[in-house]
Amino acid sequence: MPDGAQPVLDVRGLKTVFRTRAGEIHAVNDVSFALQSGELLGVVGESGSGKSVTMMSLLGLLPMPPAEVRAGKVLLNGQDILHLPPDQLRRVRGAKVGFVFQDPMTSLNPVFSVGMQIMEPLKKHLGMGRAQAESRAVELLELVGIPDARARLYSFPHQFSGGMRQRVMIAIALACNPDVLIADEPTTALDVTIQAQILELVKELRQKLGMAIIWITHDLGVIAGIADRVMVMYGGQVVEQAPVKELFANPQHPYTRALLLTIPKITGEREARLKVIEGQPPIMLGAPNACPFRARCEYRHAACDATNPPRRAVDGQPVGLGHDVACHWHAPARTEVAHA
Amino acid sequence: MLNYVLRRLLIAIPTLILISLVIFFLVDLAPGSPASEIPLTVPPDVREKIMESLGVNQPVWVRYGLWMKQFFYVEPLYGIDAMFGTDLAQGAPRLISYSSRVPVFQYIGERLPQTLTVIGTAYVLAVLIAIPIGIYSAYRQYSWFDQIGTFVAMIGFSVPTFFTGLLLIIVFTVNLHWFPSIYNTSLSVTDWASFKTQVQQMTLPVITLALFNAAEISRYTRSSMLENLAQDYVRTARAKGMGERTVVLKHVLRNSLIPVVTVIALGIPTVFGGAIITEQVFKINGIGAALIGAIQVNDLPVVQTIAFLTAILIVLFNLVADILYGLLDPRIRYD
Ligand SMILES: Nc1ncnc2c1ncn2[C@@H]1O[C@H](COP(=O)(O)OP(=O)(O)OP(=O)(O)O)[C@@H](O)[C@H]1O
Ligand SMILES: [Mg+2]
Repeated sequence: MPDGAQPVLDVRGLKTVFRTRAGEIHAVNDVSFALQSGELLGVVGESGSGKSVTMMSLLGLLPMPPAEVRAGKVLLNGQDILHLPPDQLRRVRGAKVGFVFQDPMTSLNPVFSVGMQIMEPLKKHLGMGRAQAESRAVELLELVGIPDARARLYSFPHQFSGGMRQRVMIAIALACNPDVLIADEPTTALDVTIQAQILELVKELRQKLGMAIIWITHDLGVIAGIADRVMVMYGGQVVEQAPVKELFANPQHPYTRALLLTIPKITGEREARLKVIEGQPPIMLGAPNACPFRARCEYRHAACDATNPPRRAVDGQPVGLGHDVACHWHAPARTEVAHA
Repeated sequence: MLNYVLRRLLIAIPTLILISLVIFFLVDLAPGSPASEIPLTVPPDVREKIMESLGVNQPVWVRYGLWMKQFFYVEPLYGIDAMFGTDLAQGAPRLISYSSRVPVFQYIGERLPQTLTVIGTAYVLAVLIAIPIGIYSAYRQYSWFDQIGTFVAMIGFSVPTFFTGLLLIIVFTVNLHWFPSIYNTSLSVTDWASFKTQVQQMTLPVITLALFNAAEISRYTRSSMLENLAQDYVRTARAKGMGERTVVLKHVLRNSLIPVVTVIALGIPTVFGGAIITEQVFKINGIGAALIGAIQVNDLPVVQTIAFLTAILIVLFNLVADILYGLLDPRIRYD
């Protein structure tokens, strides 16, 4: 990370709530992070931790109501996009920020050809004519590794396999050369070998095109392989954030530590058995005035019920740039952890 | 595709034969005979001659065979003759109405235009207003517009047309004197004034029928739109930066229309059934009125023919609906 350079994407104090009959659900609570150009930020956290809602909030993609983005700033290349009027926001979506969603089987429109769906943003954002958009679409399909691209341009989504459809989704997201690509669990719905292929593809595309990527996943194993930095989310909050090596070597938050124990180790000593994190993820009803993880935390003490821990630096660098954690408990020094 | 259509048409043949049998024998079994319409003062031997000339005395199988032959062979020949001035039919005996003694098809031909003008206009109007209402109701679910729409649709759907028709007559004819309640069939549109009269006399029956059909179609459109608005591909379209107009009227509507078009196509033949009552209420001299009149005087050929034509329409529009489905949905394959 080049210090001092302006990040491509700078999110500060983002807060999103859902208004429901039962009350307000604080799905995203004071989330801040920055994405440097060319960086790959991994976002992990179990189901319901607010990963998708965070990313959709950035671009106003949540249904409002019930959602409401209550506070925060989202600076894209220095410009706050959170409060843009709808038509200007649309010029950001798909053009500056590309989105790939979880389920490729349902994310494409079944009645339009894939070519048409790729050409749509090209025509809208880049003002391309039909012929130009067509050849660019072929180029994109070739880029994401679809053989015989020109012949398949006017095929329909149902004529493609799941992995191929996810490639098409990636082609759509990349169509206008975005500065940021947000991939929300892009491989979760695919089987393992296809997952690996898509991962390889993204690594390769990243080298070729050099955009910044946010990669959301449940799977810390995937993160270890591709991310530069990791952000761990729990209960709508960032609980820990660090460069990938640092996080794996020196996890601070009890939740992160528990998560790391849940991945099977292929190298080195085997865990006796995979650890399961006991308890249920919280339903974020009511104001978040205490640590969201406290109910499941083995280090819980009085402070955890009294205040929601703020993020604090672990390695002396400013919060958000180096390693930081939001926890009242202080993990023992690194050497002890390695032997724990 | 062509194969599929041909196969479907072939399957339609036994279906229609079965329907024709049921229609013919059921109507034939019904109590009452054309003889009861002949005045009692007619002497028995004359009465016998009349019955013979009507062909009523023959066994039922023979009459069925003759009806089929006339329906599918003789009448089409007369139709061709009428169109091209040929003489293919060569005076073969036509399908004749018992009561009016005119050929049944000629009789239907005289009645059809009234029905098509009123019912056709009502149905087209219903579709044209129902689809936008359905789209907007779904897009703004639970809004005032949607709630009022739901309420009106519920009324339109559950209140029978004879009631709506009478209500409209009381309000707009009896009290306000805006529109006539009786449809004048002999009016021919030649100039602006007669056109205005025609529009005026069509207004109430068209509104009555359109309200009923629009209620149904707008509900279908709404629920289909709602289902599709919740799909993932909608989020994808928005994430691509597409405007709301494109998202709703292109991505969502194109998917939502698939079942709606089917419902509209399937509804066309049943519209004729619903029209029977409306035609009675507004005294429109159309097919529905012809059918009711024929039933009252035991005019079997007219009843059988109209019933069978309706059956053919239903079979035909089923096929049309299936073909449209395939044209709109690329996932459907015909083989
Ligand atoms: N439409 C909604 N109405 C009410 N609450 C919602 C809605 N969508 C999301 N939430 C709340 O937001 C929380 C975060 O959801 P989100 O989809 O961001 O989780 P996630 O981390 O992406 O999980 P997953 O890994 O399953 O995708 C959920 O726990 C849920 O309570
Ligand atoms: Mg998610």
